[in-house]
Amino acid sequence: MSIRFKTLAELKRLLEKKEISSYELVNETFKNISSSKTNSFITLDEEAALNKAKDFDEGKVDGDLAGIPIAQKDLFCTKNLRTTCGSKILENFIPPYDATVVDNLSSAGSICVGKTNMDEFAMGSSNETSYYGTVRNPWDLERVPGGSSGGSAAAVSEGLVCAATGTDTGGSIRQPAALCGITGIKPTYGRASRWGMIAFASSLDQAGAFARNAEDCALLLNHICSHDLKDSTSISDVQENYLDNINNDLKGKKIGIIKEFDISSLNKEVQDSFEKSKKIFEALGANFVEVSMPNIKLSVPTYYVVAPAECSSNLSRFDGVKYGYRAKDVDNLEELYVKSRSEGFGDEVKRRILIGTYVLSAGFYDAYYKKAQQSRRMIKNDFVDAFSEVDVIMSPSSPSSAFKIGSKTEDPIEMYLEDLFTISSNLAGVPAMSIPHGFSGGLPIGLQLIGNYLEESKILNFAHQYQKNSDWHFKTPDLGESS
Amino acid sequence: MSWETVIGLEVHAQLSTNTKLFSSASTKFGSEPNSQVDLVDLGLPGVLPVVNKDAFKKAIRFGLAIEADINQESTFDRKNYFYPDLPKGYQITQMTKPIVEGGSIDIDVDGDKKTINITRAHLEEDAGKSIHDAYPDKSVIDLNRAGTPLLEIVSEPEISSAKEAVSYMKALHQLVTFLDVCDGDMSQGSLRCDANVSIRKVGDAELGTRTEIKNINSFRFIEKAINFEIKRQIKVLESGEKVTQETRLYDSGKDETRPMRSKEFANDYRYFPDPDLLPVVISDDEMEEIRSTFPELPADKSRRYISEFQIDESEAEIISSSRELSNFFEVAVESKNDPKLAANLIVGEIGSLLNKDNIKIDESKLSSDNFNILLQRISDGTISKKIAKTILAEIWETGRNADEIINDQGLVQIQDENLLEEVITKVIESNTKQVEDYKNGKDKLFGFFVGQVMKETQGKANPQAVNDLLKKALNS
Repeated sequence: MSIRFKTLAELKRLLEKKEISSYELVNETFKNISSSKTNSFITLDEEAALNKAKDFDEGKVDGDLAGIPIAQKDLFCTKNLRTTCGSKILENFIPPYDATVVDNLSSAGSICVGKTNMDEFAMGSSNETSYYGTVRNPWDLERVPGGSSGGSAAAVSEGLVCAATGTDTGGSIRQPAALCGITGIKPTYGRASRWGMIAFASSLDQAGAFARNAEDCALLLNHICSHDLKDSTSISDVQENYLDNINNDLKGKKIGIIKEFDISSLNKEVQDSFEKSKKIFEALGANFVEVSMPNIKLSVPTYYVVAPAECSSNLSRFDGVKYGYRAKDVDNLEELYVKSRSEGFGDEVKRRILIGTYVLSAGFYDAYYKKAQQSRRMIKNDFVDAFSEVDVIMSPSSPSSAFKIGSKTEDPIEMYLEDLFTISSNLAGVPAMSIPHGFSGGLPIGLQLIGNYLEESKILNFAHQYQKNSDWHFKTPDLGESS
Repeated sequence: MSWETVIGLEVHAQLSTNTKLFSSASTKFGSEPNSQVDLVDLGLPGVLPVVNKDAFKKAIRFGLAIEADINQESTFDRKNYFYPDLPKGYQITQMTKPIVEGGSIDIDVDGDKKTINITRAHLEEDAGKSIHDAYPDKSVIDLNRAGTPLLEIVSEPEISSAKEAVSYMKALHQLVTFLDVCDGDMSQGSLRCDANVSIRKVGDAELGTRTEIKNINSFRFIEKAINFEIKRQIKVLESGEKVTQETRLYDSGKDETRPMRSKEFANDYRYFPDPDLLPVVISDDEMEEIRSTFPELPADKSRRYISEFQIDESEAEIISSSRELSNFFEVAVESKNDPKLAANLIVGEIGSLLNKDNIKIDESKLSSDNFNILLQRISDGTISKKIAKTILAEIWETGRNADEIINDQGLVQIQDENLLEEVITKVIESNTKQVEDYKNGKDKLFGFFVGQVMKETQGKANPQAVNDLLKKALNS
């Protein structure tokens, strides 16, 4: 039986009915990975995964996700399993501990098959900044999968795994989900623990999930999220079961369309898909309301001050002294620092460290960092105002479908605009997700649903109802002869 | 030309918490290198700090003691710089909103009282230790100290001499140890200071250029380092040159200060709020709890001892200056012992034993219970105060029960008048010459007779009884 493209829920049923063993499932997964051309994985953990599958088959493991192979983004620390964060500087780093998200998912019985490729330190929107090679989009191997969680998105899209973790700092789950034609969700900031997530921008980073549909995402989120005393920014509010409300009626619900997002500037297919999606929701009884968010235009510049500032400090620990890459043949301490970091980091990471160092420097702090904090507050307030009127906000996930590998690498600003629609929800800390809703140039595009603070249940409800009335999430790439 | 000195001190007090400021590793001093280190202290990728509330309680306690403003909501910032003993590449500190602001400390220099205002006291984590001399070809790092909570107490530039600086430091030392905020052990670096020193012409309104002397760790060195620096700056200015603003180190071996390599310190620290930590909020309930367990301070204690127990002012001051001694004294008084007698022994005999061994009372073998027994035996006349000293010396060595020592060594005081009269008769008979002199007006000889009686009784005679009986016998 082919397991490719099966959903998490389907695989769960097959395992429960013993129509397939976990061992077969995991074995098949590794077979598929070995014939894959997308370069989705950096490190595989075949032996341990097969052992865990055997344990499940022998009845030693239970849990909501028991026996299901999944993939972890290589930004989550995994005990005794190499964790590179897509960087040369961590090429040989083997963490002595598990991230809370990893721990939660393995406690639920899932089996980690390996660590997925990603933009170096999650800095990028195309997966081209990875030290371990560009990930290719399963829909067109000449195109990018999006980023930074490109490996996870491509692996799910290609049907290598039914589920994978991701992290989202400015769109790193939603944009690749859109470009790979799958569903991805980033919960409220603080809902999932950051313990063990290698930090890019601490006030924006949030773990989330990729799957084939919203229902699977809800199930995954039930385990990815948790209150964690090891993370001071972790939210202690009671966590709902995200599956409980996915079948709620959308009658009379209000969907906000952001006035300041100029949809008419996007290509026609993107516009048409957006209009068609509106019709689906209207048919379900929802109403559309235009909401004005005057400060949302500040999102990209605000983000490109806050995120680099935090990253410049977060990445100071990679200095060649304690762990990670250390330059050879150095004469003194300063040379050790300079050479280890110059050789260990890639260009995009260096660019952001430089920007961050600059905006925090004496004399520039007020003009950049402080201003950015002020505009961030204004953006947050725009969301507060908007959600006083509407249940969810809807927009395209990204300006266009997947672009050609190498086409934007020379122009960082062009690349940064990939996250135009996604960045604001990170700045505001609200949950958001992307679901497939059409094609542009034969490549998938995504619809973004943004929810109010801690209302991930609501966007999952909207997404699930949409998917019950559309078939975009059933579309799969043609893998040619390799599969 | 006459110059005046302006000094401000930044004192780092290591808080006596069990665990570090942001991790659950132990803060114990003197352990195996790198044994008190967890994932957080190592600065591993993906780890996060979690605030130790106990450090806040101690900082607040200090703030209340100096009558400062407590910021019930305070924040942490990152101070960014590269150094091998700083694993994260930044130090977490409180730059913009420290826990304590304002307040003051009273000092006393040879009887002159002065108040030094405090600018702020903030929490921060200590760095590890780089060791350059353990191996010939490499430097090594011990991260045991990394993450240890420090309270940095910053004074206003209101200190005007090295002597005042020492007196300020001593007042701080007494306060932080009394409050159980810091163990005050300067030799282990638990309390150390940076001194900002500048001079200006008397009458000038503007401050001169200052230098900062780093990490001075004894009262004596504070005085010497500052005095050296004042003289050096005067020499520089009087020769027509300018003082360079710089960081200097005090070399106690050569008794001089000299500039540290400026390169290491020419840093832009790029402070910004630590995104891993939310503002720390101390609730009103928590404040109330800290207030309700706030200890009585030395000055208040001293006043109370004098008025309540009528003990000498000097004794009251000595006892109240130490938390351990005042606890010891208060236990004795609560057990219905004579306060004057207790104070007298604590300051006198016990004080000199403590000085001799250079220990604190709770590190000695003398327990409060045993001290109570001793005091009771003096009060009920079983032993004399003089014998008590002998017994104390024995307890000091062995820790044995006072009653046991009294019984075993037959130290019970002789009260029996018949027995004492017998001894007195013997003394008078064998010292006829002295008796004659005494009777002829040499009153001073009375003491000689008392001494002889005591000698005969091995010091066990009740002194009052000896006095009375001897007078009667000699005057008959």
